[in-house]
Amino acid sequence: MSTPFLILAAVTLAGAWAAMTLRGLVHCALALAVAFAGIGALYLNLGAQFLGLAQLLVYVGAIAVLIVFVILLTRGGDVDSPRLSPASWPAAGVAVATAVFAVLGWAVFHSNAILAPLAPAPQPNIRQLGVALMDGYVLPLEVIGLMLTAALIGAVVVAMKEKP
Amino acid sequence: MTPLAGCLLVSSLLFAVGLAGALTRRNTILVLVGIELMLNAANLNFVAFWRFGPHSQGGPESMTDSMTGMIFVLFAIAVAAAEAAVGLALILAVYRHAKTTDLSQLIGRRP
Repeated sequence: MSTPFLILAAVTLAGAWAAMTLRGLVHCALALAVAFAGIGALYLNLGAQFLGLAQLLVYVGAIAVLIVFVILLTRGGDVDSPRLSPASWPAAGVAVATAVFAVLGWAVFHSNAILAPLAPAPQPNIRQLGVALMDGYVLPLEVIGLMLTAALIGAVVVAMKEKP
Repeated sequence: MTPLAGCLLVSSLLFAVGLAGALTRRNTILVLVGIELMLNAANLNFVAFWRFGPHSQGGPESMTDSMTGMIFVLFAIAVAAAEAAVGLALILAVYRHAKTTDLSQLIGRRP
């Protein structure tokens, strides 16, 4: 447990917490960008350079901006939504999340995987990643390209203004 | 605490925060944000196991094998991007129809 890892984890968790608890929607989106950037930095800290930069590019550069766009388009930024409904389901949601975390934490501390001796760190480079993508994973790559195209066309069609 | 356990713990905390947000927030956009956070927690798990898990060393096929974790995360990021685009477009369409993104007002609405 190195100090940079702890700092990055704290920043990421604080960003995620703020994104889920702040009241203003734009503040939530900015906190979300902080959390995504923290996760990208965690990837870099773990030695996955390409993934860290891809995370920054895709999540901070595209998805966070897209969320801000939608918040502004739906005029959610100036409507301060009331805190939570008086019904009991917010408490139920928090209880479910706590239970899930308890189970996951229990599993982490009781698994054999964390006791296994640490393997030597893999030495990734971009060339290996590219060869792997073009060699063994070329079919999934094509499928994901097709799916992204279909999703973007679908998103445009769904969001297009309907003809009266 | 080993580094792997630390990563897994951070990722499960992230997952729990995202789940709590997705279950309790009333705004549709924030529910989508919670789902994105849960996806990122899963990706962090993949990277942690890729970094600290056992690898097969040597041989021409092991190079592809040692990349599996990274490539899975790469594909997961692409799928998450597509999901966010379609989800936000759906939110826009619903907003145009119902003039609100508040889930408690959308529940029980007749089209």
